[in-house]
Amino acid sequence: MRARRPLPAWAEIVLLPLVNIALAFITVGIIVRIIGVDPLHALELLVVGAFGSPESIGYTLYYATNFIFTGLAVSVAFHGGLFNIGGEGQAYIGGLGCGLAVLALDRYLPIWLMIPVGIAAAALFGAAWAAVPAWLQAWRGSHIVITTIMFNFVAAALMVYLMVNVLIAPGSMTPQSRNFEPSAFMPAMGGNALNLSLALALLCCVGVWVFLWHTPWGYALRTMGHNPEAAIYAGTDLRRMTMLGMCLSGALAGLVGVNELMGVHHRIVLDFPAGYGFAGIAVSLMGRNHPLGIVLAAVLFGALQQGGAELSFDIPNITREMVVVIQGLVILFSGALVHLPRPWLQGLFALRRSS
Amino acid sequence: MEDPLALVFLTAAATLRVATPLILCAMGGLFSERSGIIDVGLEGKMLMAAFFSAAIAAVTHSAWWGVAAGIAAAEVMALLHGLACITYRGNQVVSGVALNILASGLTIVWGNAWFHRGGQTPALEGQGERLLPLFFPRAGDSILVYLALLAVPITWWVIARTRFGLRLRAVGEMPLAVDTAGISVSWLRYRAVLLCGLLAGLAGSYIAIAQNAGFTRDMTAGQGFIALAAVIFGKWRPFPALGACLMFGLLDAVAIRLQGVRVAGIEVPVQLIQALPYLLTVFLLAGFIGRAIAPRAIGQPYEKEH
Repeated sequence: MRARRPLPAWAEIVLLPLVNIALAFITVGIIVRIIGVDPLHALELLVVGAFGSPESIGYTLYYATNFIFTGLAVSVAFHGGLFNIGGEGQAYIGGLGCGLAVLALDRYLPIWLMIPVGIAAAALFGAAWAAVPAWLQAWRGSHIVITTIMFNFVAAALMVYLMVNVLIAPGSMTPQSRNFEPSAFMPAMGGNALNLSLALALLCCVGVWVFLWHTPWGYALRTMGHNPEAAIYAGTDLRRMTMLGMCLSGALAGLVGVNELMGVHHRIVLDFPAGYGFAGIAVSLMGRNHPLGIVLAAVLFGALQQGGAELSFDIPNITREMVVVIQGLVILFSGALVHLPRPWLQGLFALRRSS
Repeated sequence: MEDPLALVFLTAAATLRVATPLILCAMGGLFSERSGIIDVGLEGKMLMAAFFSAAIAAVTHSAWWGVAAGIAAAEVMALLHGLACITYRGNQVVSGVALNILASGLTIVWGNAWFHRGGQTPALEGQGERLLPLFFPRAGDSILVYLALLAVPITWWVIARTRFGLRLRAVGEMPLAVDTAGISVSWLRYRAVLLCGLLAGLAGSYIAIAQNAGFTRDMTAGQGFIALAAVIFGKWRPFPALGACLMFGLLDAVAIRLQGVRVAGIEVPVQLIQALPYLLTVFLLAGFIGRAIAPRAIGQPYEKEH
């Protein structure tokens, strides 16, 4: 067989990812068709549900905030060649840190001090939870994928224990902490769940962009991801870069706790990460590991989350878990099967050249 | 006070009940990983199998059709994994994660569209629709429990003593050597992945139609990851992996009994016992308890030179 020419750069960067995402959504359409719903009608309801009113846009952006945090978290680690599947656990423990700081200090600190402290605590706890697998990989040689998976379960067990035995509010029947004082409420933007965490998320995007492409540490991290041997040759300490990459990743994931606990629940609750950590993988893959792409992908997933919830009210055959299916398909087609359409496109370009 | 002999028997039976899906799944994971294909998607395969076995058993009123459907569902997932990892040389961890997420969404979406019970399948009636205990009604020894125990020596024999097993191990350590000998790396790995699907399918069916009476959302609850932990804990060998599954099963069985018991004045949290399989695996991988060395070519797609 004649070797095919590689794709032109623009096709590699723009066309191939779009084809991958299109394949994922065509599959979604087929699944929707199978359960007896007209996909175009569902799409229309979904778009209206996600963007039809100021309230729905607010919810879309509130969900997008979480996706930005976890998407950035996955991508920072990924640029260093590290696959952090532990976003779920890091978000959980980040929320714990945020909550503990608030429960300890919200009666003493004014809001302008309480909120930065809460944010710092969330980032610190998230980073700490990611630092252990990072340390184990850097110094003990255990694989970060397995350790971060295991740490998700450990985090879940730890949180159940703490919520049921330690942090539960006196007299409460459900495992949740006492309510935060208003000094720990993240200021709302608009009437509903959307809060200032969105601004924090966008700030993080800029920060990540500057860090990765305009600082020596970001350069070293990316070098480690592309070619570890070259990084060693350039004098980079891979162990320290592993720690740095994972701690940053964990800190970003931990900020989900800010949006959820200080922004919406105003107390520590169980299970608030609700799959955002895993969805971060889809967001980062779809956003091609670039902050701008991640924002776009996060808004899309936020819209799916919000629109999907509205859709499930209108069409009982569709449940909210449809969003989870879409996340899975996006990870499958833009991640694992990323090379699937390449031969097709190469064939198309070859045809065009010969004609 | 309970009769101590009965207590031992019941604890052993409970251990075996909990360990059965772990053993089946771990043996499946072993085949896949020894051939060089990482499988973090065991959980998703089991969940999909659990759903389809319960759904088909409820519709056909036959447990055996249920098991067949469970295996078929897991095999479809296994083929997708193979397609992504072997044919298209994608990232194996990403593929596994995708399959897990897909399974946790699809089972509920389809379950809800099919049975309108919020993702659950109709409760299965005793005889016929479920796999019931063979000899000891209180022990829950369905045929799949015995099959799981049988799967371990068979896996050992296949991997250690057959020509297929030799090639399988070779392809997990050094695929280039296997290719040079004129044996297809892809076909070997596909067979390993399909064997993994078969065993994970049995494990999922067991959970839905033998251990329980129907499917409930996310009912595998991390057991696929515990099985993966057992494979690593057993250092990618069948009998040590069986030992790990039995130990994790025992932990689960005692966790319920230990609730509220004080050891040296401190109440042991149930959550700590539940987290122990994960913690122990982390300790093992970190080299604090022996050393776990993975197959050398694990996770690397094989690129044939032209």
